[in-house]
Amino acid sequence: MTPKPLDYESLNENVKKVAYAVRGELYLRAAELQKEGKKIIFTNVGNPHALGQKPLTFPRQVVALCQAPFLLDDPNVGLLFPADAISRARHYLSMTSGGLGAYSDSRGLPGIRKEVADFIGKRDGYPSDPELIFLTDGASKGVMQILNTIIRDENDGILVPVPQYPLYSATISLYGGSLVPYFLEEEANWGLDFYNIRQSVAAARSRGITVRAMVIINPGNPTGQCLSEANIRELLEFCFQENLVLLADEVYQQNIYQDERPFVSARKILFDMGPPMSKEVQLVSFHTVSKGYWGECGQRGGYFEMTNLPSQTVDEIYKVASISLSPNVPGQIFLGLMVNPPKPGDISYLKFVQESKAVLESLRRRAQIMTDGFNSCRNVVCNFTEGAMYSFPQIRLPPKAIEAARKAGKAPDVFYCLGLLEATGISTVPGSGFGQKEGVLHLRTTILPAEEDMPAIMASFRKFNDEFMEQYENCRGYSRM
Amino acid sequence: MRRLAIDRAKRLLFGSFLSSSQSSLAPGPSSSCFPFSPFSSEAAMSLSKFPPITVETINPKVKKCEYAVRGEIVSHAQRLQQELQTKPGSHPFEEILYCNIGNPQALGQQPITFFREVLALCNYPALLDRDETHALFSSDAIAKAWEILDLIPDRATGAYSHSQGIKGLREAIAVGIAERDGFPAKADDIFLTDGASPAVHMMMQLLIRSEEDGILCPIPQYPLYSASIALHGGCLVPYYLDEAKGWGLEIFELKKQLQAARTQNICVRALVVINPGNPTGQVLSEENQKEIVEFCRNEGLVLLADEVYQENIYADNKKFNSFKKISRSMGYSGDDLSLVSFQSVSKGYYGECGKRGGYMEVTGLSPDVKEQIYKVASVNLCSNISGQILASLVMNPPKVGDESYESYIAERDEILSSLARRAKALEDAFNSLEGVTCNKAEGAMYLFPRLHLPQKAIKAAEAVKTAPDAYYAHRLLDATGIVVVPGSGFGQVPGTWHIRSTILPQEDKIPAILSRLKAFHEAFMDEFRD
Repeated sequence: MTPKPLDYESLNENVKKVAYAVRGELYLRAAELQKEGKKIIFTNVGNPHALGQKPLTFPRQVVALCQAPFLLDDPNVGLLFPADAISRARHYLSMTSGGLGAYSDSRGLPGIRKEVADFIGKRDGYPSDPELIFLTDGASKGVMQILNTIIRDENDGILVPVPQYPLYSATISLYGGSLVPYFLEEEANWGLDFYNIRQSVAAARSRGITVRAMVIINPGNPTGQCLSEANIRELLEFCFQENLVLLADEVYQQNIYQDERPFVSARKILFDMGPPMSKEVQLVSFHTVSKGYWGECGQRGGYFEMTNLPSQTVDEIYKVASISLSPNVPGQIFLGLMVNPPKPGDISYLKFVQESKAVLESLRRRAQIMTDGFNSCRNVVCNFTEGAMYSFPQIRLPPKAIEAARKAGKAPDVFYCLGLLEATGISTVPGSGFGQKEGVLHLRTTILPAEEDMPAIMASFRKFNDEFMEQYENCRGYSRM
Repeated sequence: MRRLAIDRAKRLLFGSFLSSSQSSLAPGPSSSCFPFSPFSSEAAMSLSKFPPITVETINPKVKKCEYAVRGEIVSHAQRLQQELQTKPGSHPFEEILYCNIGNPQALGQQPITFFREVLALCNYPALLDRDETHALFSSDAIAKAWEILDLIPDRATGAYSHSQGIKGLREAIAVGIAERDGFPAKADDIFLTDGASPAVHMMMQLLIRSEEDGILCPIPQYPLYSASIALHGGCLVPYYLDEAKGWGLEIFELKKQLQAARTQNICVRALVVINPGNPTGQVLSEENQKEIVEFCRNEGLVLLADEVYQENIYADNKKFNSFKKISRSMGYSGDDLSLVSFQSVSKGYYGECGKRGGYMEVTGLSPDVKEQIYKVASVNLCSNISGQILASLVMNPPKVGDESYESYIAERDEILSSLARRAKALEDAFNSLEGVTCNKAEGAMYLFPRLHLPQKAIKAAEAVKTAPDAYYAHRLLDATGIVVVPGSGFGQVPGTWHIRSTILPQEDKIPAILSRLKAFHEAFMDEFRD
């Protein structure tokens, strides 16, 4: 029997190495159960609209008009759309050469990149250059593009926080680089430990790895911590000393649930620090329309902004972007609307603000409900979700449970999460999908289920957990291995 | 340079001192644990260093890949465009005509109304609850929008979908494929992507393990393939299309190139066929396609069938047949041929490039390979929903009896017949130029005329270190504002020169383009005639 031209054995090894748990084993099992008729609560991915969050009205009005410009010529259009949505649609259409159906500049429409630059300038207090802003089909594509530019071979290392959003580990595997982990300190609110980070770097270097870049996710995913200005300053100093480009994943910058540490961009701190740092430290910052209070995941809109990258490198990145022609134009318009939302005085302003605030305030409440719910279980410790969209509780399991997991051929957290899924329909992602310290178990859930469903969900979790613990506990108490 | 080298040496020593001194430090509680006093930090900062990312230190595969469609000629055009804005009258033309890229709606082609109606309603479903909507939208567009929204869990068009794309939309596409081919298709074999290009990249990623893995590509080819192969570190194995035979694909040429590659220890993994061709426009005969299917089966190759121009056929005696249809009609089932077929919403008569919609249909690959494809797709979560919806509409357009059918057909046929007319007009124009021969565009959106350039012109090009076709293209641009892509961007038989032009400028602009082209060419030949 002739082997097929492409079979599992003859696949690119790097592809085989890729792991992306967010849509991995747990999710596939949940999908199976859903097909069988079980009610599943998908908390495995930051996908707000899938859990009942409604889209903001104004952007949908604008993009609908852009999709069907013939509406703009109709005398009755004012019956269905407010005047500011109509004028905004004209504004974006005028930026295009041929409307939504034409490839734009491979970096994105210049008019929208200018709006992004203006937004960054206002946010940070330092001007931003639209030429250094590239729009992408979601921030993930941007991350992949930048890592592909940096990674030459397996000797190139990328510092990645543990726990991390597994886009980073997956992409590094795909492109054949090396992941250099640095552990966030759970007991210190998922804080940075530079001693530990330096050790990681030294260890990598002693193995012949050239550490090229450092990823920071702020607010963190899955961990939710918001960095202070001092933290960011240290990070930048570290990158300067160690000659690393900082990759600042800031996609959750709108999702802040405490007031002590509002979002500050890495770029702002960099420029606050002045020369030589501000002129030399290389930085790439990522943002998206998928998160925040927009949650428009399905539009695939995002951008990256480059700081202090040499122009020849920018040209090479542009060249690679041009091979895929252009990011999707409707997604670009969503991005424009996000960075340039309705202003006071606009017809749609009040409704827009009302809708946005409702989402953010509810997320803040849900972050608290969830954290408290997890902490009320005696074997669960959960840091507060300061930002982003996730809760990452630590689950302490008794030795008998660990043993049962081993017998079932599963990692203990996978075993626990599968049990949780079968018993309650709650679909989470085991902590091993994000990385964790040896023997310390977590799961990641989102804070996105509807507020009115939260108490029932937490009660359901608690019931499963308590029964699980009863089943596997012995008199010696639980161990963290 | 010397100072730089000394400083760099100092920094390397300093750096290694830093790392070796780690163990002597007590673990500090504070996170700002610098090993040296602030004074030393300043000393560290004052050393000059190479930034981490420079063009010397980036991935060499990035540097290696090329994509001429948006390359140098376009930068030149953009400069001229700037000048036209800031200094009107500074050039012998009023506007830049971008004939470099298959981007129909940028050159005035209108979208299909029905598709845009449905997309607008899906974008803003609140419209469906309003009575006034019936006055502005056709009723079948409204019905279609409802139908599509019902396929989307919770009607949430802003949510990430299944990583292969929304199941119901894939099922609709499968139905469309079956209607087109007369053979069934499965939703599970379909992967919706942000345009066809990302799907091509995914397959190259899977297929290419090292630079010893080769992919057979037509020459001339659409440079996504050469770029993607370079980016993924593989080897492009060229097979030449025969210009003298209407850009025909000869099996003996495929066999010859395959053999040659194998003797160089290249493991040839796949065959790319672009049908209708880009830039060449030829539509393969059924006979040809059958030979290709047999070739792939016999030689153990994955057939990568780029079929994005399937709805752009201008030759009366030619018809599009998908490779899936051909292989099934030969009696081969899914298991008998590893075939990946690519389709897009960017071309055809819909021309929706900016939407980034497309899919690949994967047949004949084992479940564990498809799992890996799914896994890679899942890292990016999903393709944009609007593009997914559009792909399902393109594969399932209005039918006879639908309210929008008449207007849809009128729009479609006008676009297609206009494209056919423009293809002919431009083909004739190129053929009328001295020293230019141009094969007919049987399909797709391009013409690829051959320039038999005089020696003097070739020498002039060499003198400015430019390929002769690039030289011609730049001169053409400077004189007329018309942007075409030099043939070297697509590959050609060495020593031959071509340019690729699209057939997309609106019909009313064509006469002016033709006369400017003629005037330029005559002047060029006058200047360089041997």
